[in-house]
Amino acid sequence: MLPIVALSVSGIALLFLGFQKSRVLLLPAALLLLVIALAANFYDWNKTYLYFNNMLRTDNLSMVFTAIVLGSAFMVIALSSQFIEDEESQPAEYYGIIMFSLVGAVMMIGFENLIMLFVGVEALSIAMYVLTGSDKRNLRSNEAALKYFLMGAFTTGILLFGMALIYGATGSFTLAGIAAYTANPQAGLSLLLYAGLLMLLIGLLFKVSAAPFHFWTPDVYDGAPTIFTAFMSTVVKTAGFAALFKLLSVSFNGVYSFWWVMLAVMAALTLVIGNVTAVYQNSFKRMMAYSSISHAGYLLIGLAALGAQSEQAIVFYSLAYSVATISAFGVLILVAQQRPAQTLTSGGVLGNNFDDFNGLARQNPLLGLAMTVSMLSLAGIPLTAGFWGKFYIFSTAVERGQIWLLVVAVLMSAVGIYYYFRVIIAMYFRDGATESIRVSPVYQYVLVAAIAITIGLGVAPGLLQGLF
Amino acid sequence: MNTLILIFFPVVAALLIALAKGQRSREAALIAALIELAFVVVICVQFRPDASSQFDFDYAWIGSLGIRFSGGIDGISILLVLLSGIAVPLIILSTFNRTYSRASQFYALILFMQAAMIGAFTARDGFLFYFSFEVALIPIYFLAAMWGGENRVAVTLKFFVYTIFGSLFMLLAFVYLYYQTPLVDGHHTSAIADFYQLNLTPEAQTWLFWAFFVAFAIKMPVFPFHTWQPDTYVESPTPATMLLAGVMLKMGVYGLIRFILPIVPLGVETWGKTAIILAVIGIIWGSIIAIRQRDMKRLIAYSSFSHVGLMAAGVFSQTETGMQGALIQMLAHGVNVIGMFFVADIIFSRTQTRQLDQLGGITRNTPKLTVYFMIILLGSVALPLTNGFIGEFLLLHGVYTYNNYIGLAAGFTIIFGAVYMLRMFQKSMFGPATARTKNFTDLTLSESLVFVPLVIMVFWMGIYPQTFLKLTEPAVVNLMKYIGTTVVSLK
Repeated sequence: MLPIVALSVSGIALLFLGFQKSRVLLLPAALLLLVIALAANFYDWNKTYLYFNNMLRTDNLSMVFTAIVLGSAFMVIALSSQFIEDEESQPAEYYGIIMFSLVGAVMMIGFENLIMLFVGVEALSIAMYVLTGSDKRNLRSNEAALKYFLMGAFTTGILLFGMALIYGATGSFTLAGIAAYTANPQAGLSLLLYAGLLMLLIGLLFKVSAAPFHFWTPDVYDGAPTIFTAFMSTVVKTAGFAALFKLLSVSFNGVYSFWWVMLAVMAALTLVIGNVTAVYQNSFKRMMAYSSISHAGYLLIGLAALGAQSEQAIVFYSLAYSVATISAFGVLILVAQQRPAQTLTSGGVLGNNFDDFNGLARQNPLLGLAMTVSMLSLAGIPLTAGFWGKFYIFSTAVERGQIWLLVVAVLMSAVGIYYYFRVIIAMYFRDGATESIRVSPVYQYVLVAAIAITIGLGVAPGLLQGLF
Repeated sequence: MNTLILIFFPVVAALLIALAKGQRSREAALIAALIELAFVVVICVQFRPDASSQFDFDYAWIGSLGIRFSGGIDGISILLVLLSGIAVPLIILSTFNRTYSRASQFYALILFMQAAMIGAFTARDGFLFYFSFEVALIPIYFLAAMWGGENRVAVTLKFFVYTIFGSLFMLLAFVYLYYQTPLVDGHHTSAIADFYQLNLTPEAQTWLFWAFFVAFAIKMPVFPFHTWQPDTYVESPTPATMLLAGVMLKMGVYGLIRFILPIVPLGVETWGKTAIILAVIGIIWGSIIAIRQRDMKRLIAYSSFSHVGLMAAGVFSQTETGMQGALIQMLAHGVNVIGMFFVADIIFSRTQTRQLDQLGGITRNTPKLTVYFMIILLGSVALPLTNGFIGEFLLLHGVYTYNNYIGLAAGFTIIFGAVYMLRMFQKSMFGPATARTKNFTDLTLSESLVFVPLVIMVFWMGIYPQTFLKLTEPAVVNLMKYIGTTVVSLK
């Protein structure tokens, strides 16, 4: 509960800070408030509490997920210094909205009651619709926001319908109540439960952009300002998978045989669509959008093979994925600022294609290294955290004996290397613009931290194990 | 003395060289590699020739999963560790007449590569092996793609994707084996020794066999998984080619001996013949293509493909001689192929061509090069008293014991090998001098210094192979005995 309070207060405080003429304070204030929220998060460490009439639960797992989400938000905000110079932007409101959206994410992570889940999903989503459209003068940003909002609102309806059906079957909104009902499937369960679960899953899988509910993702990620794309593709995904994991492992473990095939098929579909389509992209940002879809596929394997290792697998994978993604988007922001995009992406947006990265590593070794490490991590090459993420995920599926799913995942991993390496090839092996890109100190710190985390966890994955 | 030093010393040296960005990174790298060689020699001298694993290290890596950071050297690793130790200083020394841009990164990557390869050869935990096996790809990829020829980008990407794809199946195999191990303190274990103890069903052994085989067959490469190899060897800068052909492909052969034979003996019994036939097809296929090559580097690449096929066939023959032959031939082939690629590089750097029809008449001005080239070449064609003879003889003996006809087919390697190697020598060194070769100068001091140790190794291994065979023999005998008893007990 403490981070929820801290984040809500921070959001309001940041909005008030926006009345000031000077914007200099905003960024450090937002970072400081996030650190406070992060500290507050760990205040309950090793203890389990129920808050708000048993609607929210904090335990070590929820605190670790919350820490990943808040840490990602911290890195994203640290990379948002461009707003200070841009007269048209409204950083106070952006930061305020980010804080409120994080409240939603924390609720999604810790919910004990479907109502709390719904409130969390909505708080996070509505904030995302606004941030997607925050580049007011850009037609594509507006279009993306509208698309996202219409489709998101529609799936929200499905989500709510699903909850209602589950309530009809079980007579309870609480996870424990539902778990008690599903614990004994031999007794014959109401069909409403299955229909409800299906709709609930559709609602949540839309948020994490799993195929076949992924169609909004490329356009929205492409149209949104890059900094918010980074936020969306990490925080929303981590919170979404935390919620799915909690829902399935606590409440619906009894009907595993009903949903695992569905999730496994969707995981395979997501992997194939995400990876194969990413190969055909020329715009880096659009490639990252499809790559984010493909990573939803890997995470879905961890859910479809729900078992003793799943928790660790999903936590580790989310962390590795978030760090690598933010660092990649950070480099993209710098490249986009100083080598303006010339070409239209297939979404009709001006976007930096791979050629804009040509020769980057010669002029800016740090940017080259940061991008390389994150691409290797996303591709799952050893020495990076991404490898162990894949390793844990694959382990869960091996334990369940879902070999066919693994074969798809292995094939798609090989495809993934192809498009992730296009950036590395452009940066190291092609000649490009000769002027180097100016990198502000904050950017340097964030990128170095991302490299350190990725390689640190890649060499010593055991560092995380004591956490939960 | 501890194996950990062998792994971490090159890493530290690589980091220092990369960060120092000094003018003298070449010399610094050479010194580091020589110190590493000194460690290796000390270990080889102290090594007790028995079947045990020595100089061990063992730390918790992912404690909650029972995955350990553990390694050591036994009779099967020792020659490969020795090869890694000898090869890298020679490879660095061979670059002394060249200047590479961003030299500090170049040499740092070579040393980093050495650490990863030694890590793979000494790992005693399945996941540590996999980790090192894959990590070695990163430096070699950057070496080949940053300093390579015109087509390097496409070629190296193919190489990278191909190898990773194969080894991901090996990862699945390891994870599967991991879950078969009994629980100790609430978790499974991933020690290779524990994998040896498993009682796997014949069905599981079949798919595990193929999962491992594809990974190692791509790495070596064995027919029909070799299509990445010639282009990658040709496009890579010569030091990277030497690393690839001299040391890295041995990871594949090593994997066959360390994992496939003892872990899935029933799989080998069922599918080993298929594997041998593929390997023998590769021997003949590679030789025939090598005979028709005009580019020296490409010719050596195909000869390497042919030679490694014989090693794979020898391992799958499951005989003591075949296994011994594979181990000593790995060292011999490493020595020879480094020498051959160096000759090609010297000729290219002086004439700007590797095309055989543009060369000729080099012997006139180059007594030293001629002699060294001839000795290395004789080693490659397995003339008695050279290193190649011992290895190939043992390997062919092993394959022949396994099956006469297959042994006969594999024997073509010696005839074909003599044909393409001598043809290369004749076309490049003899005959009238061409415009490109008439001003050919003989070896410089640093170049000679590379050849002298190679030539010593060629004769040492050829005349007194006992030095090396006795290091590996107890481990091989033990392994064969182990495989024999497991197959009987599983039946």
